[in-house]
Amino acid sequence: MINVLYRLTAPGMIELACEEQAMPVDQVLLRPVLLSICKADQRYYQGQRSPEVLKAKLPMALIHECCAEVVNDPRGELPAGTLVVPVPNLPTQIDPYIAENYLPASKFRSSGFDGYLQEYVYAPRDHLVCAPRNTLPEVSAFLELISVSAHAISRFERIAHQRRERLAVWGDGNVGYITALLLRAFYPNAELIVLGTVFEKLSLFSFADRRMHVDDVRTKNLCDHAFECVGGAGARAAINQMIDVIAPEGALSLLGVSENFVDINTRMVLEKGLRLFGSSRSGTADFARAAEILERDPHVGQALERLVAQVVRVRSIADIHKAFALDAQQNFGKTVLEWQI
Amino acid sequence: MIIAAIFAGGNGSRMGNSNLPKQFLMLGTKPILVHTVEKFLIHPRVERVIVLCPRAWMSYTEDLLVGTGVPVLEGGETRNGTLQNALDYTAAAFGTQEDHILITHDAVRPFVTQRIIGENINAALEHGACDTVIPATDTIVQSEDGVYIFTIPERRTCYQGQTPQTFRTNKLRKLIESLTDTESEILTDACKIFSMRGEPVAMVQGEIHNIKITYPYDMKVAQALLGIHLEEAEAQ
Repeated sequence: MINVLYRLTAPGMIELACEEQAMPVDQVLLRPVLLSICKADQRYYQGQRSPEVLKAKLPMALIHECCAEVVNDPRGELPAGTLVVPVPNLPTQIDPYIAENYLPASKFRSSGFDGYLQEYVYAPRDHLVCAPRNTLPEVSAFLELISVSAHAISRFERIAHQRRERLAVWGDGNVGYITALLLRAFYPNAELIVLGTVFEKLSLFSFADRRMHVDDVRTKNLCDHAFECVGGAGARAAINQMIDVIAPEGALSLLGVSENFVDINTRMVLEKGLRLFGSSRSGTADFARAAEILERDPHVGQALERLVAQVVRVRSIADIHKAFALDAQQNFGKTVLEWQI
Repeated sequence: MIIAAIFAGGNGSRMGNSNLPKQFLMLGTKPILVHTVEKFLIHPRVERVIVLCPRAWMSYTEDLLVGTGVPVLEGGETRNGTLQNALDYTAAAFGTQEDHILITHDAVRPFVTQRIIGENINAALEHGACDTVIPATDTIVQSEDGVYIFTIPERRTCYQGQTPQTFRTNKLRKLIESLTDTESEILTDACKIFSMRGEPVAMVQGEIHNIKITYPYDMKVAQALLGIHLEEAEAQ
């Protein structure tokens, strides 16, 4: 089959490439329908990665968040037209201790190899989930991002002690919103505190018990456990504030991506006996957990619909540029691409 | 029902030293025709695919498409004849329901995209007929005698026709039946039949890379599009 890919060849430059691809009999052929831009895609698009990284990874088709339609399942288990969400992390080996998204040999779409800006894509049958029922497909388009929060929460459940009465989330962006929302769904009786820097964005977290500006934190004992969803230049201040105000023996989940090395107050980490753990990406089980909560709790789906900031119809390369430009102007919410190219 | 008819009528005279019709030449690991058929077979909205080719090449084509379930039919002497055969087959095999859509496509345009196919279907359902075009980049000149320019149309009004061309089958059949013998002889393009009878033909945006592989030069372009290097191409 001749497939058409839309690859980033240099920052701000997308070129068409045709590729003859074999039709693997053990994989499901999909047609991407709705795609969603991630911050990582924007960093590639805008050339905010180091020249070495860009040189190593480009040309590459961007986007790893997508909702797709089944075109052909050689086994006939998934009828044509079924809406699914493929998992962009593709392991090449299995390890009994290390999850698939942490194995260095795993491939990740729009990072190690081509993402979903393609006419058709193949997905291994065990690396896709059905799009959650009763959920807007535009929300399913970023199920991957939801699964990243689900993954961080699953790790938290394995690592953190059992007193989970006060949970705090630092970050008033998309990841903070989703993580806080899932914590609300999984821990309805816990006190949920969200901390951020923009009052307008904080006001969107209506499901939280407390919404605080980071400058207004006065206590030294704010929460039992904390999630960092800040990343970037703000990661340093956020993590150190978390270390200051979390209760002793608390677990501190790090989700924010930063291009910088971050200085942290290790003295206080030792003094309080804190557990810091990182989370990155997700695996099939996390996709399934994210889909399950969307199906079970309609409030979660509704709250995620508010995250759909704009839907851009894409029929040409010019439309892809338009979508990235609009997304760059958006400081909250997701840009979804209606993939009609 | 959405039916795609792939016209593989080439007899292979323009591709240089090969006697093989150009639709059967290898592009990458498969013949051009197979690539083209695959694009329609995997399109979620296309329900049936048929291939029409010269009688002498029917069994050869069947061998190439074995296992796909795609019937191979005899083409006509002219493009219109091939079109008529496709219409006759679809009427006999699938009936003459009003909502039948026939997508006609050149076998030697393997780079057609799912968007182009999808938009053809939409346009034919809405308007009755459509043609796939791209804006002309060269100035088009018209000449009656091949010696002097007769006229130069304004470029912004000019487009280059590609395929697919897609129609509501009943409407197409009716218009073809209305043609006189003289009209049939000069009409080499199905969309022109619609225009000539005052019927609307919608334009679907094509793609520059939806090339027709006619000359050896086109083959080189097609190989380059697929990222096949010259040495690999020569080895094929």
